[in-house]
Amino acid sequence: MATMNMLQAVNSALMTAMDQDERVMVFGEDVGHFGGVFRATSNLQEKFGKGRVFNTPLVEQGIIGFANGLAAQGSVPVAEIQFGDYIFPAFDQIVNETAKWRYRSGGQFSVGTLTIRTPYGGGISGGLYHSQSPEAFFSHCPGIKIVTPRNPYQAKGLLLASIRDDNPVLFMEPKRLYRASVGEVPEEDYQLPLGKAEVVKEGSDITLLAWGAQMEVIEKAALMAEKDGISCEIVDLRSILPWDAETVCESVQKTGRLLINHEAPQTSGFAAEIATTVQEKCFLYLESPIARVCGLDTPYPLAHEKEYMPDEFKTYEAIKRTMNY
Amino acid sequence: MKTRNHLSNVGIAHQVEIISNGLLDIPMLQILSPEGQVHEAATEPALDKETALKIFHTMQYIRVLDERMIAAQRQGRISFYLACTGEEASTVASAAALSPDDMIMSQYREQGALAYRGYTTEEFMNQMFSNEKEPNKGRQMPIHYGAKEHNFMTISSPLGTQIPQASGYAYGQKMAGKEAITICYFGEGAASEGDFHAGLNMAAVLNCPVIFFCRNNGYAISTPAEEQFKGDGIASRGIGYGIKTIRVDGNDFLAVYAATQKAREIALSENCPVLIESMSYRLAAHSTSDDPTGYRSREEEAKWREKDPIARMALWLTAKGWLDEKANEKEVESMRQDVLQELKRVEQVPVCKIDEIVNDVYDQVPWHLKEQLTELKEHISKYPEQYPKTSGRIN
Ligand SMILES: Cc1ncc(C[n+]2csc(CCOP(=O)(O)OP(=O)(O)O)c2C)c(N)n1
Repeated sequence: MATMNMLQAVNSALMTAMDQDERVMVFGEDVGHFGGVFRATSNLQEKFGKGRVFNTPLVEQGIIGFANGLAAQGSVPVAEIQFGDYIFPAFDQIVNETAKWRYRSGGQFSVGTLTIRTPYGGGISGGLYHSQSPEAFFSHCPGIKIVTPRNPYQAKGLLLASIRDDNPVLFMEPKRLYRASVGEVPEEDYQLPLGKAEVVKEGSDITLLAWGAQMEVIEKAALMAEKDGISCEIVDLRSILPWDAETVCESVQKTGRLLINHEAPQTSGFAAEIATTVQEKCFLYLESPIARVCGLDTPYPLAHEKEYMPDEFKTYEAIKRTMNY
Repeated sequence: MKTRNHLSNVGIAHQVEIISNGLLDIPMLQILSPEGQVHEAATEPALDKETALKIFHTMQYIRVLDERMIAAQRQGRISFYLACTGEEASTVASAAALSPDDMIMSQYREQGALAYRGYTTEEFMNQMFSNEKEPNKGRQMPIHYGAKEHNFMTISSPLGTQIPQASGYAYGQKMAGKEAITICYFGEGAASEGDFHAGLNMAAVLNCPVIFFCRNNGYAISTPAEEQFKGDGIASRGIGYGIKTIRVDGNDFLAVYAATQKAREIALSENCPVLIESMSYRLAAHSTSDDPTGYRSREEEAKWREKDPIARMALWLTAKGWLDEKANEKEVESMRQDVLQELKRVEQVPVCKIDEIVNDVYDQVPWHLKEQLTELKEHISKYPEQYPKTSGRIN
């Protein structure tokens, strides 16, 4: 085991994947010699050469279109989009091409080896265009998996699983945690399962559900609530698609209450999907309405970032409201 | 320019001859030599003393502002900054060749163009400190300026998006019978985006009076131009789209000025786009979040520092007898004082009231945002110490 931050864990996963499979290629804006603007791809070019690790021209639709072609050919592309906010120029390539390749060809062709890595989320004074959490846009699109780690250990294990999964995966890295989250990470190869949520802490009164950087928020809120004698069960969704309804519902059946926290705007956010499903599957177990603590339905602001964030205080208040319903 | 869009217009050849890039070798206009003298074969554009000095002082001012704001970022007083050091001639001289009615659609390194139009130190600071006096209401990161009274469109971070928008804006100006054009600035990196190709093609086909002004400064963050494109730079692409094109020395304010003046005249009189590729070098780091020592050498930077556009212009002004060195030193010193004082003052201005968080999403605040604002205010009043920027002014 070594102590790593999330960037180092991502780097370690890429090293491992490239070492183990010659077909793995890493590319995107500034990822070459410089190692990416966050340095997640540092030292890869030195180790594996410019043929497998390279800078691309500044064109996201090109990066993903190119990656689609590469993947269709049998390579294993790990394409970086520098910020989640800049994935939208590649939206057509992802939604209409990546996601539908296997289906439209009757399974003859696929781009299942493709992994798209992108940093997402706010809390870094990034304003409108360096803070967005675009997962819900992609969750509306059948054919791609969406995965989010919450710490370095998960980042490595989930990224390796994503690279090796035979479906295209959108791997969203919470950039607020890149350097802030530090932990023990095995130096060797390991994988964590896709599509499986993790019960981080058991509790009996209410289930708190989040993913990525918001996990810290619900953990802090749980500590506050526990001082009031409220026992919180904490669940990390980890995979946004396909999502682990079974684990979530089991938890809700036990606690009778659910609070979902995400940073993206509330309307049509992924919490809406979860809430509907839980309501369908666990209606008779619910003791209060499912609570959502989300970003506001506005673009992500700068000066009012703190007010915008679905932070631990808002979460704590929502826990109390749910308990006292 | 010939447009071969029908089979009948196409010339016939009888040998297999693949056309390669070497055939198109676009020269770079240089009027002022690196030594600060007007080349013998060049035509010096007509420029009165007052305008020349305004260009010069704006260039100097922007350098002072850049230095001071980078320092302020290092001290943690602002979150981010992005300098245009080395490219002052490119953006200031081009702006000087325009009419104030022309629209500027900028990328993010064109503070010189905005300063030339009269944007004040206070206004720059308001934006960078995201305070309540800032017209964008503190919603965007530092350097995302926007000023309607100066015809300077508010900057958006996603690269290249302003390029097709500029074509559309210019088409609108033409249809409205305005004596004005649009200038669109972008970097050579942004010229790789799909929006660049869409924007140029639209402008060419729809005859839009727009100047595409590409600042080719050698780098897009860490990616050098040779990893960005093959072929003869960005200029050759203009030709490919059937757009009148010129390449200029971006460190030569006279070349930039003359070319932009001509481009404007053509855009307006012929209703068509013109592309200018301005060759320069990004002496600064990409932004305060960047460290260029990770991807380029100090020697390379030093070589370019010698081509400083401000120093080159100073030589020209001196030769004309228009530059009083002592007075100029004083002027630069007073710019420094002005920036410092404004910084200290503006730093104290509070951010907008919390109501602004839901305004301008739509023309009117819809019910769901009203509801969210009410809840937010209730929450802030419960935890005032957690939201110190707004809790004191909830009502
Ligand atoms: C669509 C999009 N992708 C990526 C980025 C991140 N980014 C910001 S600036 C930049 C480099 C731009 O280079 P260039 O256009 O050459 O301008 P310069 O910074 O050299 O002036 C990148 C990749 C962005 N802002 N928008």
